[in-house]
Amino acid sequence: MSDVSKVTVRQRSALGRVRGMGSAKQGSHHWWVQRISSMALLPLMLWFVISVASLAGHSYADTILWIGHPFNATLLLLTIAIGFQHTASGLQVVIEDYVADEMSRMAAVLAVKAACTLFGVLAALAVLKIAV
Amino acid sequence: MSIENNARDATMVGRRTDGTAFRRPLSPHLQVYDMFQITSGMSIAHRITGTIWAVGLLFLVWWLVAAASGPDAFATAQWFFSSFIGILVLFGLSAVAWYHTLAGVRHLMWDSGYGYDIPTVQKTGRIVLIATGVMTVLTWFIAIIAWA
Ligand code: HEM
Repeated sequence: MSDVSKVTVRQRSALGRVRGMGSAKQGSHHWWVQRISSMALLPLMLWFVISVASLAGHSYADTILWIGHPFNATLLLLTIAIGFQHTASGLQVVIEDYVADEMSRMAAVLAVKAACTLFGVLAALAVLKIAV
Repeated sequence: MSIENNARDATMVGRRTDGTAFRRPLSPHLQVYDMFQITSGMSIAHRITGTIWAVGLLFLVWWLVAAASGPDAFATAQWFFSSFIGILVLFGLSAVAWYHTLAGVRHLMWDSGYGYDIPTVQKTGRIVLIATGVMTVLTWFIAIIAWA
């Protein structure tokens, strides 16, 4: 009888081990952050969609007043920050699923991250300019 | 079959019973699943709505930047959002946002280990579809009252 405690079960394929390109050890972290951002976005989305709907047809002055209110500005900033982070990592998964070529895949993921950072900062700055 | 030079594709090679190699479909593979079942249909819809909503965030950025830039820029944005095309876009985005959000709750339920049996999957699927309709109508009800 062999000693069961000495048996090692390898989950990686032989080819995977030879190539030596294993996990980058960030998969579960990426997954977990995506869940946290989803949980945070749930109440934010409910608030945001209903609020914007009730702003329909309001004047420039009313809209500025609404965005500039500390409560609304805070929730807007959170929606922007968490929303763009969730979007960047969500689109990354979509790209990784469909773009097979390594260089194109990396270029597309980096482009998405750049765009999300750019638009996120732009939107946040607009809120701050009105609120501060 | 050609030699693999891509580490990820290499793990996607399968063998038929006669020993010849073939490439396994990557999941979620649109040509493999029947997209008219509530399960696979709603799964891909969550991905599509997430992607559309990502593009829709650009309208949020436009709205905020226009408001921060002054009355003229804001008037231009208002003009677009209250035009026929603008309302059509906003209506689509509101439905997409509600679907992705409500289907997202279903995902979170699965992630915490609940609701995997087929009757429950079909029931929660129908709930998400109906709730998407209800929330979209409610949103526009509020918008129309606010507008009037
Ligand atoms: C700012 C609004 C949002 C945008 C632009 C957005 C966008 C996206 C994108 C592009 C994905 C990737 C889709 C995929 O991998 O199939 C995704 C995934 C996801 N989203 Fe969102 N999302 C938003 C809000 C929300 C909200 C409010 C929830 C709520 C509960 C949510 C829950 C999820 C979940 C659970 C996933 C992972 C799905 C999976 O594992 O396949 N998202 N989102």
